Amino acid sequence: MINIVLLTFLALTALAIVRLRHLFAVVMLTGVYSLLSAGLFVLLDAVDVAFTEAAVGAGISTVLMLGTLALTSRREKVPGRTPLLPLIVVMITGAALLYGTLDMPRFGDPDAPIHRHVAPRYIQKSGTEVGVPNIVTSVLASYRGFDTLGEVTVIFTAGIGILLLLGGTGGRRRKDEETEEEG
Amino acid sequence: MFTAAAAAILITMFLALIRLFAGPTLYDRVLAVNSFGTKTVLLIGVMGFLSERPEFLDIALLYALINFITTIAILKFFRYRALGDAPDRKHRTDAWKRLSIS
Repeated sequence: MINIVLLTFLALTALAIVRLRHLFAVVMLTGVYSLLSAGLFVLLDAVDVAFTEAAVGAGISTVLMLGTLALTSRREKVPGRTPLLPLIVVMITGAALLYGTLDMPRFGDPDAPIHRHVAPRYIQKSGTEVGVPNIVTSVLASYRGFDTLGEVTVIFTAGIGILLLLGGTGGRRRKDEETEEEG
Repeated sequence: MFTAAAAAILITMFLALIRLFAGPTLYDRVLAVNSFGTKTVLLIGVMGFLSERPEFLDIALLYALINFITTIAILKFFRYRALGDAPDRKHRTDAWKRLSIS
């Protein structure tokens, strides 16, 4: 029941994001969208995903969008033509994805393929093979160690890029002011 | 009892959403986002008690922290029109002029 209400709020927020032209309000609404989807993730028992969604979606990206807004315009330009082709492409993709969910096992089904492949081995042997009491930690740090290393590298690279972008503009603006004062 | 609380929180969330969609000034929207975040924290807490797993309160605490940081960032944006570097006095007065127009 609460799922349905939250999903309705999510759809309303998405529609409002598309309709509004005032970009500051759109940034606020994307923050609310992230909070709502994080709440949905909590209801679906995906607590770690909800953590990430709340920290990245509602926290960091709102701040980043505000930083971008400070450098650009505050109103969205109204597009001249109606985007019919993108709408059709999105509809077809959505229909294909919905068709794909028909074959999915029921939510929380213990006989689903994802629970029968390597999960039993993790549960039974990770204590002796890795020696860490927490199974999730041993999966992330040992069984999928290279995967985690790659993820950390990606996040590190993204962080460096953002720092360069934001720090670069600040320096340039300061230089502009100096030249203004000289001239 | 928790069900009634959850229903009440959902209704207040809806009211905050209305203010967020309609809100004439920016300050209405900032306040709406802030209270919406608080409602999310409360909803997660109530949900934890509804599903008889109050450990979820930790997540609610994290959400409260994130909500606070976001509000600080938005207000800093209002004050200085920038987030990275603190601009000089000229920029600040410009920001105030622009805000009073919008």
